[in-house]
Amino acid sequence: MSKILVYLEANDKQLKRTSYEAITAAMSLTSADNVLGVIINGNADAINSVGNFGLANVINVKSDSLSNYSVTGVATAIKEVVNVNGVSTILFGSNATGKELAPRVAVKLSAGYISDCVGLAQNGGNITATKPVYAGKAEVSCEVTSNIKVFSLRPNVFTAKESSAANVISTDFTPNISTDNLKVKVKSVVRNEGKLDVAEADKIVTGGRGLKGPENFNIVEDLAKAIGGAVGASRAVVDAGWRPHGEQVGQTGKTVSPNLYVALAVSGAVQHLAGMSGSKIIVAINKDKDAPIFKVADYGIVGDVFDVVPKLTTQIKAMA
Amino acid sequence: MNILVCISRVPDTVTKIVVGADGKNIDTNGVKFILNPYDEFALEEGLQLIEKNGGEVTALTVGNDASVDILRTALAMGAEKAVHVKTNDTNFDSFFVAQNIATVAKELNPDLILFGRQSIDFDSNQLASMVAEILELPSVSVVSKLEISGSTVNCERDIEGGKEILETSLPCLLSVQKGINEPRYPKLPQIMKAKSKPIDNRIATGNNLTNILKMEIPAKARVGKILGDSDADIAELVRLLHEDAKVI
Repeated sequence: MSKILVYLEANDKQLKRTSYEAITAAMSLTSADNVLGVIINGNADAINSVGNFGLANVINVKSDSLSNYSVTGVATAIKEVVNVNGVSTILFGSNATGKELAPRVAVKLSAGYISDCVGLAQNGGNITATKPVYAGKAEVSCEVTSNIKVFSLRPNVFTAKESSAANVISTDFTPNISTDNLKVKVKSVVRNEGKLDVAEADKIVTGGRGLKGPENFNIVEDLAKAIGGAVGASRAVVDAGWRPHGEQVGQTGKTVSPNLYVALAVSGAVQHLAGMSGSKIIVAINKDKDAPIFKVADYGIVGDVFDVVPKLTTQIKAMA
Repeated sequence: MNILVCISRVPDTVTKIVVGADGKNIDTNGVKFILNPYDEFALEEGLQLIEKNGGEVTALTVGNDASVDILRTALAMGAEKAVHVKTNDTNFDSFFVAQNIATVAKELNPDLILFGRQSIDFDSNQLASMVAEILELPSVSVVSKLEISGSTVNCERDIEGGKEILETSLPCLLSVQKGINEPRYPKLPQIMKAKSKPIDNRIATGNNLTNILKMEIPAKARVGKILGDSDADIAELVRLLHEDAKVI
């Protein structure tokens, strides 16, 4: 039986959440013994964590050449793993890594690739993928026509499901890679200490231009802290220099699909909605009852954020 | 420097999307098409590099006959040459486009190939990496800052939770992020001159590896419970989020 390979991305002693989501997605498409994980220079804790999601078999690619991440090196390693393991389908998370890696793997394997999927289902011998297009205004159902198929999954859509713990068997694999061939070098990484990135958060509180100035963003930050979420920003406040580009949610910022998205003093321009309309629950607070954001909100308050939000934050903190 | 910039033609962001008669593509009646916004940054970056280092920018698109308009825009901005790989098929995928771009690139042998990070129609975010792999070139995606000296390429990009500084060398392929520069607006004399610049027309060839089965407008059911701003309303919102939605 042809196998589904899931790309596993380490995050210290665990994996990134998108990896667990991909495992769950794979389990919905085939039986657990047809699912294989692949990790690069994985540590034992990260590898064993997949057992909680029902995955029993992991290929651990061991290579000094890959001790620093290289998209071309990792793509080559994955291709080799696919070829020796009878893999017909490969799943990636559609995060920054996956978006760059999956297309290269697909081309190496002459495989069709569908990115940013929000649905995957078996359909008479083939897999049908659904993905949002035109800034989420439409959705296409599509399939891959080549023998090997590659899909990347939109983060936070396929809920990672813990299941009966499996005993994880890890098999080492040595790929054929030399550092001479790896032509892109990461010279340094600068981390935003202590700040949760919107792209990785499952709760986001975004501030818009109605906050009137950067000095008022503390009410956004306080609410974000109270709910355990990240701070997001609309394009207007980023363009005005109040917040960094990394916080921008929207068509030219980041596309997010958190469990909870709270929009404070955000009007809801179509380009902003493009970045967050996939959120599970949307809450809007705006003093303009006709603001377009209310059309996509699950819950909302028509009111002044300066008045309402501090009270909301106090009540939420009292719940804890 | 010989720079190839790949551009595409997309519906304007505010377009109301209606599924066309074939059930797989949008109805293009009344739709305003524009140069993909991210590609403007790619063109501008290429133009700034040749202004500094000498050379020329060639703009390339794979698309229908009407796509000539974005090539004229690129020429008006300052691209020296334009290549139009034509297909009037409505169902081609990223792999098809990548193959055609690669064919042109193999012939022109540019030092640098630039893309916008994604096109705002399908948001597939895969074309640049596919082309890089077909051509076996090093690539960096979503570049927000770029410096080239000689054949050394230094670039910066945002990653989840921070920023990465990378180095590679020419020839390479890069996709650029909004904010890397401020695209110029071509002036009327340049727009007029661009109308008579020659365009290298070719016919697209190749195959798809994916297939669209159908396109739909999803019906998104939102609860739509909008409250007032009294203390009781705020308490109710907290209760709804905690008990109904279970998100806090």
